[in-house]
Amino acid sequence: MLALIDVVLLAFLAVTAVAIVRLRDLFAAVMVTGIFSLLSAGLFTVMDAVDVAFTEASVGAGISTILMLATLAVTQDVEKKRWRRRFSPLALGVVVVTGAALVYGTFDMPRYGDPDAPIHHYLAPHFLEHTPDDINEHIPNVVTAVLASYRGYDTFGETTVIFTAAVMVLMLLGGAATIDRRRPGGGRMGANVVLRASAKPLVPLILLFGLYVQFHGDFGPGGGFQAGVIFAAGLVLYALVYGPDRAQAIFTGRRLEALVALGVLIYGGAGVAGIVLGGEFLDYDLLAADPQDGQHRGIFLVELGVGITVAAVMTTLFLLFTGRGQPAPWEDRVGESEGTP
Amino acid sequence: MSVWLEALSWLSMLAGSLVLLVTGLGVLTLPEYYSRLHATSITDTLGAALVLFGLAVQAGWSLATAKLVMVMLFLMITGPAASHALVKTAALHDLSLPPRRRQEDGDAGAD
Repeated sequence: MLALIDVVLLAFLAVTAVAIVRLRDLFAAVMVTGIFSLLSAGLFTVMDAVDVAFTEASVGAGISTILMLATLAVTQDVEKKRWRRRFSPLALGVVVVTGAALVYGTFDMPRYGDPDAPIHHYLAPHFLEHTPDDINEHIPNVVTAVLASYRGYDTFGETTVIFTAAVMVLMLLGGAATIDRRRPGGGRMGANVVLRASAKPLVPLILLFGLYVQFHGDFGPGGGFQAGVIFAAGLVLYALVYGPDRAQAIFTGRRLEALVALGVLIYGGAGVAGIVLGGEFLDYDLLAADPQDGQHRGIFLVELGVGITVAAVMTTLFLLFTGRGQPAPWEDRVGESEGTP
Repeated sequence: MSVWLEALSWLSMLAGSLVLLVTGLGVLTLPEYYSRLHATSITDTLGAALVLFGLAVQAGWSLATAKLVMVMLFLMITGPAASHALVKTAALHDLSLPPRRRQEDGDAGAD
């Protein structure tokens, strides 16, 4: 039965991949990309990798689709250059050779779920056996323990990458000042009463769910990355329906910029605290009298830092992108038809 | 779990799947944008609700059921709102019915 689901999901994945390549309408391509991510998330769920599936669904299918749509709103939604449909033997050769090399490479990989695979002899059993002793017996989700403690360096690197990306975009697009000097009354979707009425109860629930995912990451699938993205999705929904101006009444560009840095600072601070207390960087054992409490505290802080940075970066990027474009041709018309300011 | 609950759960899930299948067929076969959207908007929400109800009966009174109910509520709000937004946007873009359809309606129905 599971094999059947696998086959169906993989077949759909192949179909959507081909569709993305062939579509000339960028708007449609972005939507199909979201479907591709959702199918991947389904595959990860079938493989019991729920944390990865959660990330893929929220980041791939959720926020990156929104960010790409925001980009299309600034640029244009049809590919400019037509394909030259001339047959090129060289291109075909490159594709065939690369594909053959990739398929050849998979022959060396262990079969999925093979108990003799190296990963099941060295790292995985170690993490599974030692997490209750090393980290905390009250953290049942080993994925969180691995992510935030065993490989805390890598996760710190990932958070810094997101931070750096936001800094680069801010430098390229002109920073917080641009956000605040936007056209008045942008995001005229808010004129529509149905959207407003359905978004109103959803936004607080989405934010609440984001917090649940953030603080429940020790016990179930979830954590800073997913929580940050979900929180940002709630803010983006608010900005879309009620207009970016009202979203920025609380989350101004300056404050968001500060939050982007604050998350990395919390993460790095938790690491430096280990050094100050006489241990090593990102050594949480010393953060409390009992090493297990220290680990719990360290993981909590680190996940919080990740969540704050991710949420702030995603919201900043969305507001920056939407703040730059000309008013879309239909935006004024929405206002006209509804007869609202 | 009693046989009756089991039967209710499976009937609900099968009915939901059937409704979703009809949705898919409607999207594939109906002629133009508005009727296709009509096929998806109602049945989509109903099918998802039926499947989720079946799953909730399977899960019994547990945290999973509470989560499924939350998902159902979410879909019941977002599904109709999304359909409304799609129709509204199409109407604002002056996406009208194809000519063939208009002739069948007669001149009075045009625009």
